[in-house]
Amino acid sequence: MEWLIAICIGAMTASGVYLTLRARTFPVVLGLTLLAYAVNVFLFAMGRFVVGQPAIIDDNALGYADPLPQALVLTAIVIAFGMTAFLIVLALKARGEMGNDHVDGLHRDDDEEKNTR
Amino acid sequence: MNWLDINLPLVVLIPFAGAALAAWAARFHRVAAAWTAGGVALLSLALLLPSAIDTFAGETLIQSWAWMPSIGLWFAFRLDGLALLFALLILVIGLLVILYARYYLSAKDSMGRFFAYLLMFMGSMLGIVLSENLLQLIVFWELTSLTSFLLISYWQHRKDAREGARMALAITGAGGLAMLGGVLLLGHVVGSYQLTDVLASGELIQQHPLYTVILVLILLGVFTKSAQFPFHFWLPHAMAAPTPVSAYLHSATMVKAGIFMLARLFPALSGTIEWNLLVGGAGLATLLIGAYTALFKHDLKGLLAYSTISHLGLITLLFGFGTPLAAVAAIFHIINHATFKASLFMVAGIIDHETGTRDMRKLNGLLKYMPHTALLAMIASAAMAGVPLLNGFLSKEMFFEQAVSASDAQGWTWLVPVLVTIAAIFSVAYSLRFIHDVFFNGEPIDLPKTPHEPPRFMKIPVDLLVLICLAVGMLPMFTVAPILAVAVAGTLQTTPPEYSLALWHGFTLPLWMSIIALVLGVALYTVRQRLFDWHERTLHHWDARVIFNALLNGLIKTAHKVSRRFDQGSLQNASAWIVVAALVAGGWGFWLSQQPLLGDRVLLDIDPVSLLMGVLLIVASVLTALWHRQRLVSLIILGVVGLIVSLIFVKFSAPDLALTQLSVEVVTIVLMLLALYYLPQTTPKESASPRQWRDLALALVSGIAVTLLTMSVLSRDFVPISDFFLAKALPEGGGTNVVNVILVDFRGIDTLGEIVVLALAGLGVYAMLKGMSLPAPSHDINGLAWHTDKHSPIMQTLTRLLLPLTLLIAVYIFLRGHNLPGGGFIAGLIAAIALIVQYLANGIVWTRERLPVDMHKVVGVGLLIATGTGLVAMGINFPFLTSTFTHLHWPIVGEFEVASAIAFDLGVFLVVVGSTVIALVRLGELSHSAPNITAEKQ
Repeated sequence: MEWLIAICIGAMTASGVYLTLRARTFPVVLGLTLLAYAVNVFLFAMGRFVVGQPAIIDDNALGYADPLPQALVLTAIVIAFGMTAFLIVLALKARGEMGNDHVDGLHRDDDEEKNTR
Repeated sequence: MNWLDINLPLVVLIPFAGAALAAWAARFHRVAAAWTAGGVALLSLALLLPSAIDTFAGETLIQSWAWMPSIGLWFAFRLDGLALLFALLILVIGLLVILYARYYLSAKDSMGRFFAYLLMFMGSMLGIVLSENLLQLIVFWELTSLTSFLLISYWQHRKDAREGARMALAITGAGGLAMLGGVLLLGHVVGSYQLTDVLASGELIQQHPLYTVILVLILLGVFTKSAQFPFHFWLPHAMAAPTPVSAYLHSATMVKAGIFMLARLFPALSGTIEWNLLVGGAGLATLLIGAYTALFKHDLKGLLAYSTISHLGLITLLFGFGTPLAAVAAIFHIINHATFKASLFMVAGIIDHETGTRDMRKLNGLLKYMPHTALLAMIASAAMAGVPLLNGFLSKEMFFEQAVSASDAQGWTWLVPVLVTIAAIFSVAYSLRFIHDVFFNGEPIDLPKTPHEPPRFMKIPVDLLVLICLAVGMLPMFTVAPILAVAVAGTLQTTPPEYSLALWHGFTLPLWMSIIALVLGVALYTVRQRLFDWHERTLHHWDARVIFNALLNGLIKTAHKVSRRFDQGSLQNASAWIVVAALVAGGWGFWLSQQPLLGDRVLLDIDPVSLLMGVLLIVASVLTALWHRQRLVSLIILGVVGLIVSLIFVKFSAPDLALTQLSVEVVTIVLMLLALYYLPQTTPKESASPRQWRDLALALVSGIAVTLLTMSVLSRDFVPISDFFLAKALPEGGGTNVVNVILVDFRGIDTLGEIVVLALAGLGVYAMLKGMSLPAPSHDINGLAWHTDKHSPIMQTLTRLLLPLTLLIAVYIFLRGHNLPGGGFIAGLIAAIALIVQYLANGIVWTRERLPVDMHKVVGVGLLIATGTGLVAMGINFPFLTSTFTHLHWPIVGEFEVASAIAFDLGVFLVVVGSTVIALVRLGELSHSAPNITAEKQ
């Protein structure tokens, strides 16, 4: 099971890194979102995997999952959302100001017109 | 609490608060800023004076609070004789400068900005002189560098002001870094940063092998701040500041901060041969260079700038002698220099103000136009030259005496009195020039304005300062003696030596030196024209600024070159470098490790459903990247990834995470869909394929590296630190959902920080989109027109029905959060989704009419509630954000408990709702400014 999740994290990271290195803003935002997923699951995995034992105090519980990584990841998820919102709006702003959606904001390509029509 | 127990921090902090007040007051009336500034300075002075009584009784007042005791940082203030003297100079001369500046500044200059800067600077200076803790002192030291930068560059439109300010900041800032290093070492040697301990450990410090390093580092700070050779060149360029600033910074404050440190650390550092050579050598060189150059400056303020450098050198040289008597002379000259130099700067400002120029080749014969000002200038200038019956004479005599006694020793030291006399000759000559070349010497030559006396109140500060010069010069025992005595005691930290302030000591060697200086100085002045010509031909072109600029430009160029190697102005390259750096750092760590890559922990068995989901997640991740050019498709597949991630959380006992991830996923995808509407629908094909291969390789290596990293952790056992939380959640946090208790109680302050970030992101989105409009596409990717019906009736009906239900769920999730999966974050997201769906289905205008809530206020109230909960705990003497809980009995519902943390969670809830709705609704609103699609179609 651990191998499966580790490979999942690896796949999300690989796709995230590849997209983050692209030249247009939208794929970069997608890439960073993927990276955020990967990081969240990675952090969560640091508490090791426990099945069916949520960290809710109960006299009949046999054991508990590690609550600390969960608390960290919970806020990380929300923060990642805040970051994504900020980034995607930054991308919109860049397009509005520069007239294109290149990450460097400089290259005025001809294909821009084609794509919006 | 007696206010006299906390008056020292108030004295320092009030000017900072006053700065904001002055800036605010200026909105109502220009002069209100000046009145406010004056009132603030008076208030500080009034708070300081009651403690002065104890100081005169010989006591050292210390007010101290623990700040970060573990690193030796205390919020600690100290008032002894030395601190009192400097605080009085700063406040009294500050008050006079404020009065003067009120008349000096023209209608074009912003009074609010000026007085706000001035007060901040005053507070920083007071902080330096009143600090007991050396680390705290450094903080204020850096603040003076920053605030003086603002003051010098006050006329921002002038290039010379900006460059002068930058130079001052670069030099004094670099010196400040050196001083920080020195102070850290000093604290390391002594074992404490408190001045009381440091001053008592002189012997320990001087015998320590690090002594020389400490001394050099601290002296670098002192010399840069006090414009000592070879760092003196920034001071003349700082003259681009308005004259009240120059009068303040270069008489009593900024440049005296370095001198203050010499005096402050005198008992700890002085008395060694290194001290004598370094401090004395720099002082002597500065004294000579300053005095010589001052004579050749045709600009009034240029003359005063170099004379200031020269006098600072004189004081430094005195400290460099290292004897208690020399310290007495140094302190005495600090007082005298502050009074006559401040008045001379003000006179220069008056002349500039009333004639329109400061060039002494044009200014002549001003006596008949402004006799009152001329009289003041003559007295102050004579004090600067060291003419008997004025204060400058007394301290200069003491200085000569010390120079003579220093030469008794052996070898080349006979040079010291000779060089000192030469400097004094030049000092007489330039002082004479300030009088003769400006107020006599024929008629003015084409002045921009017809000169006349300035307003009455502009002269009053000068009147007062000149009166002090006279009073101290004639009756030293009745004026300056008491404060001088306590200041010397504070400097030396022992009983002061015997010294005499009498005017007449008989025909001693120092008196002869004075006479020689006066006679030869006059002689030198009479042959000035020939000297000017000679200077013009030879030394005139030497300017340290050229070297400074060359160095600075070289540094900037090198930095530029280095960064160009990594960053060719392309984000793609920069990101690639980050990935490479992370891989190299991680790989290196594993390479060095002796451990096997994987551990031997027993792994969980895999089940078919998990395998299926895992494979689906991997495929979806890869497809997101593979199909990224079709943006809508890629986004939808990304949603699949997010949903499976929430399933991972479900599977592995993290219901809170699953709920959060699920709701965040919905909001994120809606947000991205909204944004995608305004972005190109496809990504153009990239031409450079080597880059794609490189990125692919980087991505693969990263993926494998992360997989291995994860496995090397997961295959090992560990000891969690969470037992504490599991054990205490119920008895101390009052909740059974440990994750939520950690969020709102144990680690509440982290959560507070996180919701602040979220609030900032929401506001950032709002600010960026404000007033922006983007063209909305009229057709989709396949060339089909968008549907004309904006809001489908089916969806409208459904969402309106669902709204109360969803909100009810949000409330339920919120309330149970402390004990069962849920809480503020999740409830906030659910509520936000409920609201956003209304905007989507019914349109923004319709929804806003029915929900007239300003989401900014929701965010603000949320933050206030969260912070307020913490403050309430503090108010009843518990640490910030301590929670409590109690059990309540409600009819029907039964018994349940309420934790005060629920208020904190409410704050979290409101911030999440507010930020999310702001972000999404602002995005949706962009289409209002975009062309109407239906209209276009018709």
